[in-house]
Amino acid sequence: MNVLTSLPMRLYHAEILPTIRDIHKLPRNYDPRLHPLEGPREYVRAMNAVKLERVFAKPFIGNLDGHSDGVSSLGKHPSRLAILASGAFDGEIRLWDLASRKCTRHFTAHEGWVRSLCFTPDGQNFMSVGDDKTIKTWKSEVCDEEDEEPTNTLLSMSVVSGITHHRSKPIFATCGEQCQLWENTRNEPIKVFKWGVDSLHHVAFNQVETNLLASCASDRSIILYDFRESGPLRKVVMELRSNALSWNPMEAFIFTVANEDYNLYSFDVRKLKQPINVHMDHTSAVIDVDYSPTGREFVAGSYDKTVRIFESLKGHSRDVYHTKRMQRLTCVKWSLDNKYILTGSDEMNIRMWKARASEKLGVLKPRERTALNYSEALKEKFSNHPQIKRIARHRHVPKHVMNAQKEIKTIREKNKRKDANRRAHSKPGAVPFVAERKKHVVKEDE
Amino acid sequence: MKEKKTVRYFDIESNNKDENNKDQNVKVFKIKSTSKILKAQRYKQNKNIHTKKKHSKNSQQFPGKAPINPEKLEEHKRGEGLGKGVRHPLHALKLKKREHKFKYAEEQATRADILLTEDQGFLEVEEDNRTTGITQKVIADNVDITAATKIFELNLAFGPYQAKYSCNGRHLLLGSKKGHLAAFDWVTKKLHFEINVMESIHDMSWLHVETMVAAAQKEWLYIYDNTGIELHCIKKMDKILRMEFLPYHFLLAAVNEFGFMSWLDISIGEIVGHYNNHMGRTSVMTQNPYNATLCLGNSKGVVSLWSPTVKKPLAKILCHKTPLTAIAVDSRGMYMATSGVDRSLKIWDIRNLDGPLQHYKLRSAPLNLEFSQKDMLAVGLGETVEIYSNCCTQTVEGPYLRHRMAKTINNFKFCPYEDVLGIGTSNGFTSIIVPGSGEPNFDALESNPFQTKTQRKEAEVKALLEKIPAELITLNPSDVMEVDVPSMKDKIEARKNLLYLKPKKVDLTPRHKKKGKTNIARKKIIKETVRKEYINQSMEAKKILAEPEKQYVPKQSFGVLDRFVPKPKPKK
Repeated sequence: MNVLTSLPMRLYHAEILPTIRDIHKLPRNYDPRLHPLEGPREYVRAMNAVKLERVFAKPFIGNLDGHSDGVSSLGKHPSRLAILASGAFDGEIRLWDLASRKCTRHFTAHEGWVRSLCFTPDGQNFMSVGDDKTIKTWKSEVCDEEDEEPTNTLLSMSVVSGITHHRSKPIFATCGEQCQLWENTRNEPIKVFKWGVDSLHHVAFNQVETNLLASCASDRSIILYDFRESGPLRKVVMELRSNALSWNPMEAFIFTVANEDYNLYSFDVRKLKQPINVHMDHTSAVIDVDYSPTGREFVAGSYDKTVRIFESLKGHSRDVYHTKRMQRLTCVKWSLDNKYILTGSDEMNIRMWKARASEKLGVLKPRERTALNYSEALKEKFSNHPQIKRIARHRHVPKHVMNAQKEIKTIREKNKRKDANRRAHSKPGAVPFVAERKKHVVKEDE
Repeated sequence: MKEKKTVRYFDIESNNKDENNKDQNVKVFKIKSTSKILKAQRYKQNKNIHTKKKHSKNSQQFPGKAPINPEKLEEHKRGEGLGKGVRHPLHALKLKKREHKFKYAEEQATRADILLTEDQGFLEVEEDNRTTGITQKVIADNVDITAATKIFELNLAFGPYQAKYSCNGRHLLLGSKKGHLAAFDWVTKKLHFEINVMESIHDMSWLHVETMVAAAQKEWLYIYDNTGIELHCIKKMDKILRMEFLPYHFLLAAVNEFGFMSWLDISIGEIVGHYNNHMGRTSVMTQNPYNATLCLGNSKGVVSLWSPTVKKPLAKILCHKTPLTAIAVDSRGMYMATSGVDRSLKIWDIRNLDGPLQHYKLRSAPLNLEFSQKDMLAVGLGETVEIYSNCCTQTVEGPYLRHRMAKTINNFKFCPYEDVLGIGTSNGFTSIIVPGSGEPNFDALESNPFQTKTQRKEAEVKALLEKIPAELITLNPSDVMEVDVPSMKDKIEARKNLLYLKPKKVDLTPRHKKKGKTNIARKKIIKETVRKEYINQSMEAKKILAEPEKQYVPKQSFGVLDRFVPKPKPKK
């Protein structure tokens, strides 16, 4: 009889004596029968991943203190991540090195508030406007004593409360009683836009569609301008005043405003009749808003002492940041590497936060990255599972926010109930359902 | 063979153009050739020629992705996609993209098969001969020396022995009826410990690592470490007949003389399930590795499936009309083999529990059954072991291998990741080679026979982090990944039940009883509120149920005289 027999031969550690420096082979076999109970195991992994995410959610990095009054405005450098300029209510401007968390320079720039700050596109200079009706240009870096003084001081006829620089041209806009357009070399505004008599308190150039700019007025309106034209383009009147405005850096036609009525509204320039999204969650007036460079998210600071991060397509916030010592927010900025958030608040501090609360800072090794990607995918896969959803969504908020949330909820429920009752007791169709998005815009002017 | 000429899209275009010019009357527009156009044309031509050359070279060097074996692909599939079940085009697009990703993953997993280093073992004979006659001696002569060392025999003095391999197949645990307990690395034959517990051992099991073993002794359950030191004596689990360790749940499942089933979570030392199965005394038990349920066979021929959280069997099948002698479930959880004292052996599809797929009649009643990783079935018949290959899907004529011994067989186990069957006998242990029974390629991150100490420690921590909770033991393990759709019928039933719902029993005794005060008023209030709640609920339910029962009563007609019938008053 002729028999041929074959058996698997394994020669892994047999011949060689083991040493400490051995790198052991890890042969893989992806046959599903060697990996039983795939579903439950993945579920447990997803549960662990989401719990770990909450464990590692420590977003606060550090604070920059030095101002002797509340921080009124922040300016981020267009090309260098480590440089930040901040202005305070006492007219002082400070420049910071974020990497070492130290103040590099400080001087009194204005009498009264520093209303607003902005860097020029080349990053060499920055401008500030204050309550003293002046627009001052400063050097970003000091080489000799002359550089300490402003390189240029412009005197405006009226109050100026906001400044924004064009993306590439040497043109900048200020707002106050009216919107003024300036050129660096001239002492007089090259153009003045007026619509009504009310004062404007915020102005922002669009960074993609660079001819557009928008401003928020105190008569509850948002006004759009094209600086090539002689007059303003359009105006939307909301129910309450908008405090700040930020253009989406990726979709040039979308901007978001922070409103006094606790909400933020995203508008499409082409259709201003109603906002494309209403972002709720704050429990007090929203003071400032800034988009992330990806345009997918934005950060909002509110008078309720919390910072919230919203996804631009969703109505509710993804995360909320607060500390015991942080008071009313006055300004927020999203850093240009999409990793950090900077906030200035009433109690003289500037705080640095991580944009994603549980992200690990620093270089990731490849295995670490794959592990994180895997857990990210698992979290996404099981994100609708009730247990996992509950853990992922839970946030601890201060008591006053909690109570305010409850109050707002009861008010909303009451309104709903009242509407429902009205609907039930009147002619069908007499009390229509009104979408939330249609409730907040009063009118649109052209 | 003729080589098929690869045709690129620009070739087709140029061919067509030529034909068009010849055949049809095509208007030709003359373009004034400026220097700019000429330059661009020249550039284009150059580029085309260049890429063409490159392509022909590349196609020889890199033939493209490896072809996929459709049968293998089927194994890696995770089920059908949803297809056209989504209405909204945006969601449909999202789903399509996602399914594309899944498909890609399946293909990649299948392609990774070419990286496997080992081939499956096999036995080949001349055409007329059958493999059944091949003895272990012949196999030992034909294999290499290292493989031949896997055939060995231990003669031990302490009565019938049981043998169990650890999860990675590297270590062997022997326990005898007369109390001899020994553990060793069977490849290097290095002994870990050898003790006599001075009691009868009914069953034993490795725990999640090879440093701990559990032994069910005469009275209680004991846990020993790999030097033979007693770590625990678990008196909550007594008189155990059979044990199974569920590695992914860290549960030690056992059934005892009185029919009590208990699941011990060995990571926290708690019993997560403990109840009587009311099936009588039975020692026929095995686990279904696919969903970690326990299969229990009793003396009435019924096989029942059990999970720790449900106190009734998840499913029951009447397999034989005689008492059961053995059960085995294959590693994919597809087939179950049962045998009864009527000498029959049946193969079942354990997922639909329909009639038997195969029905064999054997020479004597098998006392043991065991599936290997590659679905070979070992059957123990008194003093011989027969191994059947591929006996589930088709009816086989004879066994693949037969091994005769001059001792009675007590139990046997296939060694994972080896082509080895270990047999515990009345006076020792025998290891035989069954070519092609084991999975040749292990996954080092799942279970690694060549694990080092650090790797073992790391794997232990990982496994503990991924411990599956006992509540997830169900018949279908992928339940947790699916959408929970309570059917409309259930909802309506629930509403109907509301009518007959009894008010909740409320514990009326206050936690801190006040001295001298029996708060009758409070009791009354609580009772009253509960009663009112119940009445409200039932009234609501009645309303819901009563609504659709408006019966239409046809009007009686008087013909012409209808106008004198009094009209019903309109309700205000």
